[in-house]
Amino acid sequence: MTEKTQETHQDAEVHVVKPPIYLAIFLTLLALTALTTGISFIDLGVFNAVIALAIACFKASLVVLFFMHLHYSSRLLKLTVAAGIFTFLLLISLTMTDYISRAWGMF
Amino acid sequence: MSTIVSLPDQATAKLPAKSYLNQEYGLMSWLLTGDHKRIAILYMISISFFFVIGGVLAGLIRLELLTPPSDLMATDTYNKVFSMHGIIMVFLFLVPSVPATIGNFLIPLMVGARDLAFPKINLLSWYLYVGGGIFVLSAMVLGGVDTGWTFTTPLSTHYLNTHVVTAAMGIFLAGFSSIFTGLNFIVTVHRMRCPGMTWFRLPLFVWGHYATSIIMILGTPVLAITLVLVALERTMSIGVFDPTKGGDPLLFQHLFWFYSHPAVYIMILPGMAVISEVISTFSRKRVFGYTAVAFSSVAIAVFGFLVWEHHMFIMGVSQYSALVFSLMTMLVAVPSAIKIFNWSMTLYKGSITFETPMLYAFGFIGLFTIGGLTGIFLATLGMDIHLTETYFIVAHFHFVMVGGMLMAYLAGVHFWWPKMTGRMYPEAISKTAAVITFIGFIVTFFPQFLLGYLGMPRRYAAYPADFQVLNVFSTAGASILGIGYMLPMLYLPWSLIYGQIAGNNPWQATGLEWQIQSPPLTENFVEIPIMDHEAYDYEWLANKTQHEVQTVG
Repeated sequence: MTEKTQETHQDAEVHVVKPPIYLAIFLTLLALTALTTGISFIDLGVFNAVIALAIACFKASLVVLFFMHLHYSSRLLKLTVAAGIFTFLLLISLTMTDYISRAWGMF
Repeated sequence: MSTIVSLPDQATAKLPAKSYLNQEYGLMSWLLTGDHKRIAILYMISISFFFVIGGVLAGLIRLELLTPPSDLMATDTYNKVFSMHGIIMVFLFLVPSVPATIGNFLIPLMVGARDLAFPKINLLSWYLYVGGGIFVLSAMVLGGVDTGWTFTTPLSTHYLNTHVVTAAMGIFLAGFSSIFTGLNFIVTVHRMRCPGMTWFRLPLFVWGHYATSIIMILGTPVLAITLVLVALERTMSIGVFDPTKGGDPLLFQHLFWFYSHPAVYIMILPGMAVISEVISTFSRKRVFGYTAVAFSSVAIAVFGFLVWEHHMFIMGVSQYSALVFSLMTMLVAVPSAIKIFNWSMTLYKGSITFETPMLYAFGFIGLFTIGGLTGIFLATLGMDIHLTETYFIVAHFHFVMVGGMLMAYLAGVHFWWPKMTGRMYPEAISKTAAVITFIGFIVTFFPQFLLGYLGMPRRYAAYPADFQVLNVFSTAGASILGIGYMLPMLYLPWSLIYGQIAGNNPWQATGLEWQIQSPPLTENFVEIPIMDHEAYDYEWLANKTQHEVQTVG
């Protein structure tokens, strides 16, 4: 029984995140939400979407890195998440090759 | 004719006293099982059920096309029949066919583990699959869907009043079932390999499934999101695919094919995985260029994500973008060709025998090659304008999916049937079935290349009388093909009771799964094995057999 417990401890690479870090991240997320709301009242032209998306991406990264513990995880897990992001970028960038150049030579 | 089959003396042979099949009895012991082997059997029964339904629908399509006018069914019924045929065959048969049945059964055995990493998620994936199947069947019973299996917008979002959302829900659920299967495979291969089982000692079957799992996990969520968008567009008119609200119907095509083209590789890679095992075993040789075949699976999985726009060349996409996608589509031919050449080289100077799985494997190589090469025609921008949306395309993907994947599935089922059930299938009749399937397939689908080239469009119930002769050939072939598929459905259940006792290793194969009893114990291995040789090491097997004989003697 003792051996088994020891094994379990060795296997699970548990990283305990201290509450102040959680609190800091939480407050940052709240601040960024406020920023998104505030900035939506100002018309920045094409940058409306760009800034909103940038803030959203930053917030998502904070959640994944700290709340979901990716920052403290193994390289394999980081690579797994990177594969997802890479696939998403493929989807966007290759689709954009169509949208950007669809009208070329037509007008 | 020579054979490598070696069965135990039938007079004294018995099935093992304990195995996963008789560990527990009763319906609940199956419905609540966590055993990957039992879940594989549950999957096998379910996908066979859907294959029969999809097959009957295919029969109806061919019957309608026997004569030029639309006379067997109304034209909108015809639309529903071919849509349902596509949806059922793609999402409920081909995608789960090899991975969820043979893969589920074998991956833990091949890596030397007692089960998959997440047995309960494995069972959940089967329930999701069944749930998805019920939704799709409901859509059919309630009145059908006539969008085609591709749910093309704006047809699916604006113009049709059929059960699009119900069918889409079914595919959504089945999609999650395949994500869970992929997740289980990836974690199992990473974390549960037995001591000594390095990546390059894994059988190529495992490499093929690993590559498939990558696509399942990365691609399927995009399909799920796309179908949710279609449902939202239909119910709430959110406008993503509606040009009057700033949307774009082609965006649907981009999102849908971003999954559905890689899905073609979800369907074919596990088939290739089976073929590697079968070719090696019946040639008595290590697969030629093991590393190249292993990496070509991964390359197909990666390149598969870069080619989807070739489904959209005539839809008004950017011609510059089309040029890029055309080039990248050609690139996928490279890893596929690597596999075909390596299998051929494995056969070269091999000690070949012609058991049923090998016959199906030969069928696969020939038919997949034709299917693959006609894909090059379609990847060529100029040719594509002439050939796309004709029967040429129908023939092309049936050569890959049916000629390729279904042949591989049947090869796999026959190859591992003795391991799954402990009994042999009847050899003579199964060889006949393999030959009938091949002939039936060629007669059904070869005329469709000609029809397409001559200009017969797909998805129409009626056609000009000039095309009738070739259509009659195709329908006649379909009935031969039907017999070819019906035979295994009769003799495989028969063999469960009357088949010869197979023993542990009837094929003298080298995989870990063949070194344990047939059918295996629930725990797979009495002791976790230690892998001390390469995959497909026939010398190791010969030494081991010799050693065993000496010990007994």
